[in-house]
Amino acid sequence: MARTRTRLRQGVVTILGWAIALWMFFPILWMFLTGFKNEPDAISTPPHLFFSPTLSSYRDVFAREDYWHFATNSVVISVLATVVALLVSIPAAYAMAFLPGPRTRMTLLWMLSTRMLPPVGVLVPIYLLARATGLLDSRTGLIVIYMLTNLPITVWMLYTFFREVPVPILEAGRMDGATRWQEVTQVLMPLALPGIASTGLLSLILCWNETFWSLNLTSSIAAPLTTFIASFSSPEGLFFAKLSAASTLAVAPIMVFGWASQKQLVRGLTFGAVK
Amino acid sequence: MATVELRNLRKTYLHEEIIKGISLAITDREFVVFVGPSGCGKSTLLRMIAGLEDISAGDLLIDGQRVNDTDPARRGVAMVFQSYALYPHMNVYRNMEFSLRLAGMPEAERRRRIGDVARILQLDPYLDHRPGQLSGGQRQRVAIGRAIVRNPRVFLFDEPLSNLDAALRGQMRVELASLHRRLGATTIYVTHDQVEAMTMADRIVVLNRGVVEQIGTPLELYHRPRNLFVARFMGSPAMNLLPARIHALTPDGMAQVQAGAVSVSIPTRHGGPEAGTAGTLGIRPEHILIDPQGAITGMVTISERLGAITLLHVRLTDGQMIVVQTGGDNTDRADTPIRLTLGEEHCHLFDADGMALAREADHPLLSDL
Repeated sequence: MARTRTRLRQGVVTILGWAIALWMFFPILWMFLTGFKNEPDAISTPPHLFFSPTLSSYRDVFAREDYWHFATNSVVISVLATVVALLVSIPAAYAMAFLPGPRTRMTLLWMLSTRMLPPVGVLVPIYLLARATGLLDSRTGLIVIYMLTNLPITVWMLYTFFREVPVPILEAGRMDGATRWQEVTQVLMPLALPGIASTGLLSLILCWNETFWSLNLTSSIAAPLTTFIASFSSPEGLFFAKLSAASTLAVAPIMVFGWASQKQLVRGLTFGAVK
Repeated sequence: MATVELRNLRKTYLHEEIIKGISLAITDREFVVFVGPSGCGKSTLLRMIAGLEDISAGDLLIDGQRVNDTDPARRGVAMVFQSYALYPHMNVYRNMEFSLRLAGMPEAERRRRIGDVARILQLDPYLDHRPGQLSGGQRQRVAIGRAIVRNPRVFLFDEPLSNLDAALRGQMRVELASLHRRLGATTIYVTHDQVEAMTMADRIVVLNRGVVEQIGTPLELYHRPRNLFVARFMGSPAMNLLPARIHALTPDGMAQVQAGAVSVSIPTRHGGPEAGTAGTLGIRPEHILIDPQGAITGMVTISERLGAITLLHVRLTDGQMIVVQTGGDNTDRADTPIRLTLGEEHCHLFDADGMALAREADHPLLSDL
């Protein structure tokens, strides 16, 4: 009796879970399907559930824009911004976690608060700065901006991970004759590697998906995939099929990447929660 | 090997003085134990010697050289941490090799040294194991091995046995003592466990709130505690302490002491107490005898049978509680009346400030001190 009820409840929960997951996944699925429709099918209401799939939209997309140019920009910008962010935030997080001063806590909170500012609030100054320094429409410009905007998050995450590392292990390293550099590279970093990896992954994803700055600070040379998608909306009216094909192309790499690194990401984000 | 000298060492942390001027000279090959209640500053003092904490004032000398501002590794000291602090991502071999590798020692020499140490500590079978795969006792050995391979001038131990279970702790205590005899290295050992202190130390430093209460051999501390704090701290079960008043002093040095219902005359050395002053009477549980003719009467409240010995908790007629140590064959149960006498020559007398008054009786091994 009780067992059937438990099983019933499990069944309901399972169905509910699947329903919510599908509901959330639906826009992505729809985008994916629409990419394989022709334009009339794509805008028909009610939407056609069954249609003859075509690659014409993809052909059009590739014909109009150089996908690989944008994709390369996305990869280069995301990877370099992440690498630089880690290079800056590892020493910062080390100092905050192991050599805290009376104002460390406030500094951390202040850093995080900058993340809560709407980016558009600083659009004009940043745009002017970028123009003055010749960084408009350059990969370097986006790398600097991405690195800086993600710094609060990467420093915070690394700070949390570093705090989990037992201090005596670092002290043992110091007793064994490790310099500060060796202490960080040979003792701390191997121990916090899962945390560093998931920090890097998160930064990579955030950089890849960033749209606001890429739209405002780049036009053609340094434009990443987010700009590539946007270029398929507006001017000549909306072409849903082409837009969907372009979006799929832009989203696919990071989705596959996220999928592959899922385990690492979850492990990093729940690090310390379960010993 | 090495001498260590502390000259008026002080540590101030956020305007609060934690170590309040400690001076101590440790001779070559000596095994010195810092002991005291938690928060007494013993670990801080050790970390100052290690170089993990800055020294606020005073001088620290190793082999006569001032090392206040020397990096930990260059002081020639090695430390074993309470939590072992092994490198979890390295196997046992790499853990022991780390310091040698950083020091730039050639590979063959490293291999030879680690091999030697592993043999001494019976770690050969575990060299390629990670710390996570080892038991507590084995990890402890690796931590000690990591300290030994460096061939340091001074060994520092920070409560190294407190994470082990009782049986293993006893075993490691003996191993550490014999290791010390074998290596002959100057050793400073921090513990809150007075059994460790008593059994391993050449000399014990009793610390309390950042000051030294007494420095001496284990037997000195046990038999000649300088003050009430040391008397209370050393010995388990603890010394019985009863508020007392010195009534009279006879010409031959006998002090007539009254502590509640207890009245004793204690042989003292001259320059001792004055008649009419208040103080504290101290007597260790093993120096109270069960005696059917005894003048002190009381009631057994609890009897703790430890096997070899029995501890009787006795409520005296005046309401004071004392602990009596007697043989394992004792048959007294709770709520039985009991009569006791004190071994008068074993009594300790403390003045109103808690300082011990010199006494006649002593331990045979202490007579030449």
